Amino acid sequence: MRIIAIARRVLKELFRDPRTLAMMFLAPILVLWLMSVIFNANSTTNVKIGTVGLQSSLTTNMDDIKHVSVHKYDTQKAVKQALKDDKIDAYVKKTGDDYSITYANTDSSKTSAVKMAFKSALTVTNVNTMKSQLKLAKGTIAKLEQTLPVAQQKQLQAMTGAQKKAVTPTIHNHYVYGDSNTGFFAKMLPILMGFFVFFFVFLISGMALLKERSSGTLSRLLATPVKRSDVVFGYMLGYGLLAILQTVIIVYTTIWLLGAEVVGSVINIIVINLILALVALAFGILLSTFAASEFQMMQFIPIVVIPQVFFSGIIPMDSMAHWIQDISYIIPIKYAGDAVTGIMMQGKNLSSFGLDITVLLIFLVVLTILNIVGLRRYRKV
Amino acid sequence: MTDAIIDLKHLVKRFGKQTVLKDINLTVQPGEIVGLIGPSGAGKSTVIKTTLGMEVTDGGSATVFGETMPNRMLLARIGYMAQTDALYDTLSGRENLKFFGQMKGISGAELNQAMDHVAGVVDLKADLDKRVSGYSGGMQRRLSLAIALLGNPELLVLDEPTVGIDPALRRQIWAELNAIRDEGRAILITTHVMDEAELVDKVALLLGGKVMAFDEPVVLKSQYKVNTIEDVFLKAEGDLK
Repeated sequence: MRIIAIARRVLKELFRDPRTLAMMFLAPILVLWLMSVIFNANSTTNVKIGTVGLQSSLTTNMDDIKHVSVHKYDTQKAVKQALKDDKIDAYVKKTGDDYSITYANTDSSKTSAVKMAFKSALTVTNVNTMKSQLKLAKGTIAKLEQTLPVAQQKQLQAMTGAQKKAVTPTIHNHYVYGDSNTGFFAKMLPILMGFFVFFFVFLISGMALLKERSSGTLSRLLATPVKRSDVVFGYMLGYGLLAILQTVIIVYTTIWLLGAEVVGSVINIIVINLILALVALAFGILLSTFAASEFQMMQFIPIVVIPQVFFSGIIPMDSMAHWIQDISYIIPIKYAGDAVTGIMMQGKNLSSFGLDITVLLIFLVVLTILNIVGLRRYRKV
Repeated sequence: MTDAIIDLKHLVKRFGKQTVLKDINLTVQPGEIVGLIGPSGAGKSTVIKTTLGMEVTDGGSATVFGETMPNRMLLARIGYMAQTDALYDTLSGRENLKFFGQMKGISGAELNQAMDHVAGVVDLKADLDKRVSGYSGGMQRRLSLAIALLGNPELLVLDEPTVGIDPALRRQIWAELNAIRDEGRAILITTHVMDEAELVDKVALLLGGKVMAFDEPVVLKSQYKVNTIEDVFLKAEGDLK
């Protein structure tokens, strides 16, 4: 009974504070929208490719592709300097039968555009070459067939096969900056979603409880026979409902505005984010204990919230030192990010993320107990 | 003496190295208004917090309704009003009353009736549906008092209840407090206003972590051979130095 009354009061207060509500719902949408605008603009970017010692048919084919312009250079030194000077975004060099491409890679969308352009140009060129070679070979074969014995005919066929094989060269990719994994926005999206939920619930719940402490309403509340756990659970219920609403809005914004594809179930995403929101809530309430003012609460953002982004999986962890990787195990967003990524991109079920969910629930239980115990500061029973 | 509503015996309370309360002896009987006076920092609020079970004693005993504090369930029988108004600004007066009523465990028709009654006592009926953020300081104080009065508690603990309330209303509130006393309920009140200290049944003078004097105002005045409680206060403070 009391839990519901507290939850209702928390929600009532929030819904009468339009600015906070706007921050919770509109701010994530605004940021995601901005990202989508920037992201889409990048996808139609123009790229300049330098070439050294490439056959002219390939160069022409590459130049014919939209948003791609090709510049020929005579020496590798010249092309390297051009890449350094930002005149071109990548250069292609032919060594023997193989190609090697070096990307500036400061902009991942340009890198992938170059990759695509080169591949398709190469395919077109190969097909053309093969066509003409095939024609030539057919003519020769036809002529020879009439004059040669059977054994030699077989040998010839083997030779033409080998010739075909030889025209499928390997492409070697080189990156000036980063690697092929750099800046996959799609990979960031599920984690980003969790981050917004975490950040806003953390901040707003922490602030709300801080206000209760400083205005004295918490003391007054605890001067009634209400249980300490009722206060914590009441807050959880209120903010839990709010977090569901927020997650739904963020998920659908991501889908409609960014055109993100959700392979798995949206409900599963909401479930994970709800658990994350509850962890954020418990975390916010706990940290508000150590803050004496709203300003001090804000100081927790660079200390507590921002590092979460680094360890959340947005930046690939594989290449980091082991002790840094170990830190990520205490980052709640990492677990939610893993799970939502799996649901969103691979269509996995909740059951595949038993471990992630269990860890999040452990976070939740421990933090909740700490909060209930922490309220002893205000009342000894 | 066993039926005393509040019974504090040799109460000691320390915060870190600082001993705020050294030896507090205080009883509040049913049908009695006890006034706790003392300079700021004397530990009036600490006495109240210990009585409510928000703090635990470091020595001595604190019993309320015959049971040792802290005791959560007893809080349903106590009405508490803190020094700060402690209200939810974005909610209306009625919503504040309703919320705290629910927290006290009052519900349904009983709650509506109680809300109606206390709003009448503090003269807030007309403004009950306005948001607290639009209330004047005096109105907030009155609403805060109304919350403490909810549910007809057998014991009222009021920390500076009449600060910022105009004289007419203050008189009205005292009339209500007297009526509560006459019903056999008990009130523990702290105050800075010395002429209010004349209105209580018993005055407890809190100085240097001890209750220096605890008796009826008339007795105290003759004991210190002065005319007002204010003089008693000043004289006792002088004696201490």
